Amino acid sequence: MLNKTIGNIINRVVTNSYPEKSKAVPENLRGRPEVILESCSGAGECARACPTGAISLNPWRIDLGKCVFCGQCAEVCPSKAIKLTHDFELAARKREDLVVGPKGEPVEAELARATALQPAGTAANYPPRLLQPPEEQSQEAAELAGPNPAPAIPQSLPLPLLTLSPKRRALPMSLTNPGSEGDLEVMENHLKERIGRLLQRSLHIRHLDSGSCNGCDWELTTLLGPVQDIQRLGLDFVASPRHADLLLVTGVMTRNLTIAAIRTYRAMPEPRLVVAVGACGCSGGVFTTNYAGGGGTDTVLPVDVYIPGCPPRPQALIHGLLLATGRLEQHKKENLKAGS
Amino acid sequence: MNSDNEQFLIQPVSAAPRPTDSSASQVSLQELVPGLVQRWVDRGGQATTGQLNRSGNRQWSIKVPASSLADFCRHLLRSLPLYLITMVGLDERERSGSYRLYYVFGVDKSKEFLVVETEIKDGIPGSLLYQSITPLVPAANWYEREARDLFGLIPQGHPDPRRVVLHRHWPDGVRPLRKDFDGAYQPPFVLDDDEFRNRTGGEGIVEIPVGPIHAGVIEPGHFRFSAVGEQIVNLEARFFFTHRGVEKQVEGLDVERAVFVVERNCAACTVSSTLAYCQALEDLGGTVIPENAAYLRLVFAEMERLYNHVGDLGNICAGIGFHAGSQRGLFLKEELLALNETLLGSRYLFGLIRPGGVRRGLNHAGRWALREKLWWLREQNTKLVKLILGNDGVVDRFTNTGVLKNSSAFHLGAVGVAARASGVDRDERRDHPYGAYQHLQPTSIPVLQNGDVYARFLIRVEEVNTSIELLLQALEVMNQHFQEEPTLAVPLGDLPAFQSAFSLTESARGSNCHWLMTGPNNTLYRYRIRTASYANWPVVPRAVLNNIVPDFPLINKSFELCYSCLDR
Ligand code: SF4
Ligand code: SF4
Repeated sequence: MLNKTIGNIINRVVTNSYPEKSKAVPENLRGRPEVILESCSGAGECARACPTGAISLNPWRIDLGKCVFCGQCAEVCPSKAIKLTHDFELAARKREDLVVGPKGEPVEAELARATALQPAGTAANYPPRLLQPPEEQSQEAAELAGPNPAPAIPQSLPLPLLTLSPKRRALPMSLTNPGSEGDLEVMENHLKERIGRLLQRSLHIRHLDSGSCNGCDWELTTLLGPVQDIQRLGLDFVASPRHADLLLVTGVMTRNLTIAAIRTYRAMPEPRLVVAVGACGCSGGVFTTNYAGGGGTDTVLPVDVYIPGCPPRPQALIHGLLLATGRLEQHKKENLKAGS
Repeated sequence: MNSDNEQFLIQPVSAAPRPTDSSASQVSLQELVPGLVQRWVDRGGQATTGQLNRSGNRQWSIKVPASSLADFCRHLLRSLPLYLITMVGLDERERSGSYRLYYVFGVDKSKEFLVVETEIKDGIPGSLLYQSITPLVPAANWYEREARDLFGLIPQGHPDPRRVVLHRHWPDGVRPLRKDFDGAYQPPFVLDDDEFRNRTGGEGIVEIPVGPIHAGVIEPGHFRFSAVGEQIVNLEARFFFTHRGVEKQVEGLDVERAVFVVERNCAACTVSSTLAYCQALEDLGGTVIPENAAYLRLVFAEMERLYNHVGDLGNICAGIGFHAGSQRGLFLKEELLALNETLLGSRYLFGLIRPGGVRRGLNHAGRWALREKLWWLREQNTKLVKLILGNDGVVDRFTNTGVLKNSSAFHLGAVGVAARASGVDRDERRDHPYGAYQHLQPTSIPVLQNGDVYARFLIRVEEVNTSIELLLQALEVMNQHFQEEPTLAVPLGDLPAFQSAFSLTESARGSNCHWLMTGPNNTLYRYRIRTASYANWPVVPRAVLNNIVPDFPLINKSFELCYSCLDR
């Protein structure tokens, strides 16, 4: 016992102090891709090579919500105009804010919205078609589709209206029936701002894996480890959605988990926040929207903050969580003061 | 226990007789298979054999009719100690008007494989039937149910007719992996709350449903315990909540492009999974990768094993709330992840393996940094183990908890740490050496007989050490033979169309088997992922039997299986 106590006193502190002090980032880190427009030949190789369709041309823009930071675009560029920067603090409140230009600058709002609406994913039949019955069905499927065709998106869907709702999932009736299990009204914006103020220093997080590859999940586990230790920031993971203020969703929204995800969201007390983690959570990443579901968290739940990355580094996660609580602005101000 | 369906999961496995272990090491398919098939034909059965040589592993393929599949397998299993590696369903109606099933069997400590293939003709109503081999080979349980869910092929005589991949909100009769199913079509939800119809009943039995959303940062899965007091008498698990349709998605995709999806199927075994995928392609194309790349692949695979094992050692402690151990483990894992990022740009080693070689290399400085970290880790690992096993309470909780019997491990086809802790000696690095493992082998492959949590813990401890030694050796070779910037990859070339291949690699959790069939123009026609978790999940419900409910997290963490690569 004594040994351990002494050992603990001697051992160096391993916890880092992000965001007060950011540690130097490793040289090989793959962050936001950037283009030097002067050397760009406009060949468009990058857009073709990108596995998730993150890059669009004319004007060149990148959807960080889709990017998996693989570096393929930089590799194929014939004029070596693209390089991956060390910029990893990319979280944003609005999906369209993730669409940025060659230097990471915001692009025109309409264009950004349109770009963000493009589906993500790596598939032969890209871009995927949605909610269309198969042209040629097997006999059984045809029989089934006869009396019961694939439904249009129910009008009465009581989920809050999203800024982006291109492909709202068709849901079973008992879930779309208002008042059956508590309402999912649109949360008023001022209420959301209040969460920030109310819960800034003590925010309880519930994690929900809706179809992740484990990468994002393991990064969340790291947050609880001694190195990142988010409890020092007043953030903590809780066991039940009923105790949670914030739902942290990793992975694409699979069909098999859709019902459970909605129930989890409903179980949370209001006001509540939803944060989508990773390329999968933001847009679906490399996974297409297909029979098994797919697409980002916002196909089912209203998302407040998007954290890009594949997976986002732990510090990017902390950055995103602080953004969700409105503490980031505060940190920036303090840093500015300290700097001046 | 009131239902026939559950018998399969809870009663002692009544599998085919298993030839004794001593003979297993000497079995040679080369000598036995032709005779066995001849005897089968002499008795009036139908079977045709073929032989293939793929990267040093001989494959026997035997075609039998669907109506005598199980009879033939019984015939084989009488004399051969076969275990099921994977089973693949294939919709080939466009080309041959029929469905196909491939059962890939292996023999412990042998480099040979045996593929039993059967053809199921389409067209005649009610013809999509075949003889289920699950009563003989319990490991086939999920594979056959999956083939029914996704292709509509019906295993006759299967003891458990429930769905597995598609949940009950999926409409009947829609088969997503058939070629004529449009992958983008999303059928309507069918609501059915009666998810677990066959429940364990009886006086004094309490049901405890857990999940799919768990308390903690864990992936989704639904567990239903039936307990008498604290003791678990039955556990039913429902998975596939994170089913993303990966196999359908990559169909028709260029093989080079599909890599991005393959590597993101699972982060914990991304290197070994991508490796298996690429090796299968290289097998087909006859590609010989640069030797330097082969060594780099070994280094990446072992780095992956290290961070997983070290993290798991700590994580097991989280199962009993021993935080000193779990935090220490998390710290060591974090150090390794940070090293991965520093050296290779990705904490989870994404984007390293590509068909024909590797994407990124290690320069001289990187090799030195890795070597120094390994020395440090060797010391830290000993300290971690001392910290954990120095606590009597921990050892007490570990010992005799979650015992997986040797026979269950064998018959359910367990792999990796779970198998080796129960006396089933399987390790693909030695059994089917690939890449640089042909030249470099781990100094020892630990095997224990107890099959409890303690055994699985000790196996990991030992493997961390052998892995460190192996890495140091590999770095030594690289420093001597490969200069700074040798070629990292060669082009894959044109692949023959409609050929199949599979490859096995050893991940931290066990053997990964990736089976693929190419289409025209270097595309994928069918791709089947069977990771270690797929092979090992069925053993978990057996290992928890007769343990107390509070020990479940511990037992579960001692297997440390993924959901994402199981669900795909
Ligand atoms: S995913 Fe991102 S890094 Fe990869 S090619 Fe596309 S834009 Fe470039
Ligand atoms: S964003 Fe990347 S790391 Fe996260 S779940 Fe998706 S594929 Fe995995």
